[in-house]
Amino acid sequence: MALTEQEILAGLGKIVNEITGIPAAEVTPEKSFVDDLDIDSLSMVEIAVAAQDEFGVEIPDDQLKHLKTVKDVISFIQS
Amino acid sequence: MSKDRVRVVVTGLGATTPLGGDVASTWSALLEGRSGIRPLTEDWVDSVPVKFAGVAAVDPAEVLPRPEARRLDRSEQFALIAARQAWQDAGAPEVPAERLGVCVSSGIGGIGTTLSAYDTFKERGWQRLSPFTVPMLMPNGPAAWVGLELGARAGVHATVSACASGAEAIGYALDMIRAGRADVVVAGGTEAAIHPLNVAAFAAARAMSTRNDEPERASRPWDRGRDGFVLGEGAGLIVLESYEHAVARGARIYAEVAGLGLSADSHHITQPEPEGRGLITAMTQALTDAGLTGRDILHVNAHATSTPAGDVIEVQAVEKSFGSHVLVTSTKSMTGHLLGGAGGIESVFTIKTLAERLIPPTINVDDLDDGIGVEIVCDKPRDLPEGQIAAVNNSFGFGGHNVAVAFTTV
Repeated sequence: MALTEQEILAGLGKIVNEITGIPAAEVTPEKSFVDDLDIDSLSMVEIAVAAQDEFGVEIPDDQLKHLKTVKDVISFIQS
Repeated sequence: MSKDRVRVVVTGLGATTPLGGDVASTWSALLEGRSGIRPLTEDWVDSVPVKFAGVAAVDPAEVLPRPEARRLDRSEQFALIAARQAWQDAGAPEVPAERLGVCVSSGIGGIGTTLSAYDTFKERGWQRLSPFTVPMLMPNGPAAWVGLELGARAGVHATVSACASGAEAIGYALDMIRAGRADVVVAGGTEAAIHPLNVAAFAAARAMSTRNDEPERASRPWDRGRDGFVLGEGAGLIVLESYEHAVARGARIYAEVAGLGLSADSHHITQPEPEGRGLITAMTQALTDAGLTGRDILHVNAHATSTPAGDVIEVQAVEKSFGSHVLVTSTKSMTGHLLGGAGGIESVFTIKTLAERLIPPTINVDDLDDGIGVEIVCDKPRDLPEGQIAAVNNSFGFGGHNVAVAFTTV
């Protein structure tokens, strides 16, 4: 059964917190990883790897660079 | 001492060891003669003949924030913790980035990362590797992270010479300040090698104690019943500073780094040279470099690792270099052998010994071996006299690397 947006958001919040120390509550759909959360490109790779494990979805590098916001990642996982 | 040369002093100490998570707790355990060696509880002990080690008293991953810890190999975690302690202990000196250097070494680098990353790669593919795998496994990683932490731009280095690495790092730092390339250098050694492959490989070299029924009694330098070294882990770092810089900022000075001796055996890849010629070269060089005579050296913190081959050769070389009056100890009897970290923590101990005028004892010497002409400080700490005194820390490594560093009171 597909995960809801809320479930994915909660999982992403945990991952971002684990990797960067940013509180999970700050990980909201409209936030940009780079501009709002100040997450660098290597951390994005770590987040993508962890998200693949958590949600069972491969995120290829050429797709990852287009995922700017938290909402983009949620949509990618839902699709 | 030559008057025209830059004098170098120690203004900060940091350590995390099998005896404690900082210098104070480690030092009090040393004076009590407590062993930091304990049985290993991991499943893999069944596959190796050695079932104990000097595991760090405080898990570094519990000290550092999680996002920081996960990007660091355990050897880097130890180094960063010890560097922060040493820097604070030195009063966080204000120094231009271009005048601040780092020299932090490890004998084998991020081997825990190398091995676990290879498992991940084989089982789950390259995409599952952390993007920090390379900076975690590279042997200059600990130095690089300490350099980033402090903003050091005068040069960040990682000398590698197996179990002499930490002492060589301190020697290199001394040279950096003497050569005028830096005013302050954070230097020392770190190691995190308690992994089944390392234990198996050192056991294959027949270098490790297998006293599995008495782990706390296994590290017993100079005792007739010694049967090999005991693996330990952790880090020891010091802040070296030009005397002028330290005095100008009113820093507390622990000791002077007065002399350095370096040599190579060129004899055998692992066995010590039986006459100790390379050791004598290193120790007498340190003496000459410091402008001291053998009588001035009251104490040696020995390399002595509890191996049948090395311990007695070393103290015979100490006697030939300095005389029979020297009071010798091996703190490895309590910490185990930290490999590349040894020269780091043992420099910290030698400096504390001078500053406190107290020599920590060697434990487990029940039956002193033959051929030892110096006094081994056993069981209880020994007082050192007032006045100007000097001590030497020895570190030797597989490959025939010999390092002796002479410290004096200021």
